[in-house]
Amino acid sequence: MRDFQTSGGLLRALHPATLTRWLVSGPPTAFMLLFFLAPSLIMVLASFRFPGAFGGLAPLIGAGRAGEDTGLTLENYQFFFSDWLYAEIFVKSLVVALVSTLTCLVMAYPLALLIARSPKRHRDLMVLLVILPFASNFLIRVYALMILLGPQQALASAVNGLLALFGVAPVNLLFSTFAVIVGMVYVHLPFMVLPLYTNLEKHDPSLLDAAQDLGANGWQRFWRVTFPLSLPGIFSGSALVFIPVLGMFAIPDLLGGTRDILIGNLIKDQFLGTRDWPFGSMLSIMLTLVVLGLAGFAARLGRRDRNEET
Amino acid sequence: MALLEIRNVVRRFADFTAVDGVSLQVEAGEFFTLLGPSGCGKTTLLRMIAGFDAPDEGELLLDGQSLRGIPPEHRPIHTVFQSYALFPHLTVAENVAFPLRMAKVAPDDIRRRVQDALEAVHLSEKQRHLPHELSGGQKQRVALARGLVNRPRLLLLDEPLGALDAKLREEMQMELINLQKNVGITFVFVTHSQAEALALSHRIAVMNRGHVEQLDEPSRLYSFPRNRFVADFIGKINMLEAAVLRSTAEALVLDVAGVGEVWAPALPAVAAGQRGMFAVRPEQVRIQSGEVAPAGVGHNQVHGRVLDFLYIGDVTTYLVELANGTRLEALLPNTAPGRAKFFEADDPVTLTWSSQVGVFLDA
Amino acid sequence: MRRSPLLWAVALAVYAFLYIPLVVVVLYSFNDSRLNAEWVGFTLHWYRVLLNDGEMLEAGANSLLIAFVSATFATLLGTMSGIAMHRFKLRALPLLVITPVAMPEILLGVSLLIFFVQVLNFTLGLFSVLIAHITFCVGFVAIVVRARLAGMDESIFEASRDLGASPWQTFRLITFPLILPGVIAGALMAFTLSIDDFVITFFTAGVGVHTLPLQIYSMIKIAVTPEVNAVSTLLMTLTLGMIIVASRFAPDALKGAA
Repeated sequence: MRDFQTSGGLLRALHPATLTRWLVSGPPTAFMLLFFLAPSLIMVLASFRFPGAFGGLAPLIGAGRAGEDTGLTLENYQFFFSDWLYAEIFVKSLVVALVSTLTCLVMAYPLALLIARSPKRHRDLMVLLVILPFASNFLIRVYALMILLGPQQALASAVNGLLALFGVAPVNLLFSTFAVIVGMVYVHLPFMVLPLYTNLEKHDPSLLDAAQDLGANGWQRFWRVTFPLSLPGIFSGSALVFIPVLGMFAIPDLLGGTRDILIGNLIKDQFLGTRDWPFGSMLSIMLTLVVLGLAGFAARLGRRDRNEET
Repeated sequence: MALLEIRNVVRRFADFTAVDGVSLQVEAGEFFTLLGPSGCGKTTLLRMIAGFDAPDEGELLLDGQSLRGIPPEHRPIHTVFQSYALFPHLTVAENVAFPLRMAKVAPDDIRRRVQDALEAVHLSEKQRHLPHELSGGQKQRVALARGLVNRPRLLLLDEPLGALDAKLREEMQMELINLQKNVGITFVFVTHSQAEALALSHRIAVMNRGHVEQLDEPSRLYSFPRNRFVADFIGKINMLEAAVLRSTAEALVLDVAGVGEVWAPALPAVAAGQRGMFAVRPEQVRIQSGEVAPAGVGHNQVHGRVLDFLYIGDVTTYLVELANGTRLEALLPNTAPGRAKFFEADDPVTLTWSSQVGVFLDA
Repeated sequence: MRRSPLLWAVALAVYAFLYIPLVVVVLYSFNDSRLNAEWVGFTLHWYRVLLNDGEMLEAGANSLLIAFVSATFATLLGTMSGIAMHRFKLRALPLLVITPVAMPEILLGVSLLIFFVQVLNFTLGLFSVLIAHITFCVGFVAIVVRARLAGMDESIFEASRDLGASPWQTFRLITFPLILPGVIAGALMAFTLSIDDFVITFFTAGVGVHTLPLQIYSMIKIAVTPEVNAVSTLLMTLTLGMIIVASRFAPDALKGAA
């Protein structure tokens, strides 16, 4: 009996299924290890290094040129915490991301709700109309906003005309934090609509009938039934908007003014402008930590939500 | 030689033993059922016969040949899955043709045999339909035709009627019996429904916690359950604590709690002094009004009061409480029209049953 | 009543917000003026300028090539990942494949920049862009393929083996035809993601290769001419055309993507 058992175990280990498993999962695993995990780990290492003599990074392998320090250092991290400027930019990025996410939520929720409550045959078209602009390149969409918010456009004239009535000096809509947020919302809105719609569409309409039957009015039905049930959709939509906005550099670059620098711009400048790669790597690590922290927070919120359901 | 022989099969998973030393034989042409509650190991056993799982110990033999190491596609055994598992992208005819194509049957033969198989399950007119266009009962028939079309040595059926509504299930039961009789292929059927098992099978293996508790013909299983589990699992039964007073070749005399001396069919293996349970089916207990005089030796009798009753249409079940608080159920067919009950709650009644019915269970 | 006028009003405003800027771009692409300020008159001048802009056309060709090649490889690797993640209990692969999808793009861009230049000693160009695009597209394909598999009854794969098909026949006759809509959806997604990508390309292209998004970025960053309107209009027409074709020939694929 013992013998059978061991030979059975061996047979299972050498089974063609094990071979298939390696053949199928091996290539993508190897590719992602090489081109995702390895670069990420090297970036961590780079954040503890010194810049090279001609910018970039001191060589990781072998001796550097004369005068290049190839040791490890905490200097990049110390520098980050020694100047309020960087912390301020992180906070500003978080605020912009938060405002953009909330604006997306406020705009997307009614739309998603309307689509979910429309007759089935109209829903696909209504969803397609949300995705369609999103199919065009995001730079084109940013450019479209640049035109629309431009100083000679009707929108700017109208706003400034209104401001003049109150005796306020004309403002520039373009190249402002306002424009940055409008851009962020414009580009990321579908990411909020789709998860919300997917969630709202699954709600059983008889729940609302039951709530009405039990005496809830329209607002109560929304706040006590629809809204709490849609929280998972709100969380996933918010994550899909918040995280990309946090790292975005092109929109502040094109729509923002000189003072609208966010984390993404800071990182971009370290790599392509001042060429201080170790400092840029450190900033990227900080951004990663912020994103991971937020993801962990969202996961905990989600778990609590699920526990409450059961 | 048995068609399928299962020898001391054991299958362990990380935290429990699903099949724990099962041995049984299935004869050619039989409608054999594995019956048991969920988690009893019947599905694991079925998956090992099909080849999706392998035993940790023991052996499975088909026609005397070991099945060890033979993958499912090389076993002349087909399965009708609980979910039917019809290929959603293939038409009904293509689904049925699948095993024939795999066996490299000539295209002309395939066409003819698919027609025959679909005719046998009355689905010829649906052959160009896709599975999602069919009703539950029709999917069931396609799965059967697909499993039978290249005449496997053994057809395994995993709770195939579970997803159907009650009326359709009864229809399909009839069809299954006829189909099995006509094609002459051995069926191994897995179910948790004792009614289904009793209606369909030639023989039933009742399983519990990885063991076979009893293997018998349906009528013997029902009348002579070997232990408490089988008695309880199959049908309704009254169980009363009992001790053996005398055991002879003709009869068993028991001392049953709350009833007194009870005569039961003989069980040679049982000796005086043994303790256990006396079990008797509700339909074997007769219920009469008032206190009837004792009927004499060989007739068991006890007095009580009606506690409650349940009208089910064809029969009414009465729950009777004895003087010491023991409760017994008795069943009365409603043969007279327009009468839901013969007794009211609290009516004094007498329960009687023959010494030829009931069984003593020592475990 | 449950679709109140207020709901309609907000929804219509959001749709207007989504479409008005794009309509303005299309209109101005036909405007006979150097400035995107007011309507002067109809012209096709900017499209003629565009067709004579060699750099732009080359960037377009590069983008198509990169999108085609990277979508092909990403679809292959992503389909394998999707199947592996569904079939086997794997810990590392889902993390490796899905994380790049969930992180800000800039992080993948700069880490690959360091990796290519400092570790592999590559000259940035077509090859580094291809690798980068495959890396971030694999996850999207894997997600779509896995979702497709997750919606399927497991027992059909066992049924196939049970009825005499080998593992390879099961894959060829059952698994592959069933996941095909997901694979097509994933491939279309990878293609659009690659052809649209700006951030990751920005860091990994160096001076070696120019793609359409890079070209558009430098045009709108440095000197805005209505040629951008023309190229934008053409690109939007192209994507619209692709969506229509996709919905005609693989309606399931669009659903799989959504």
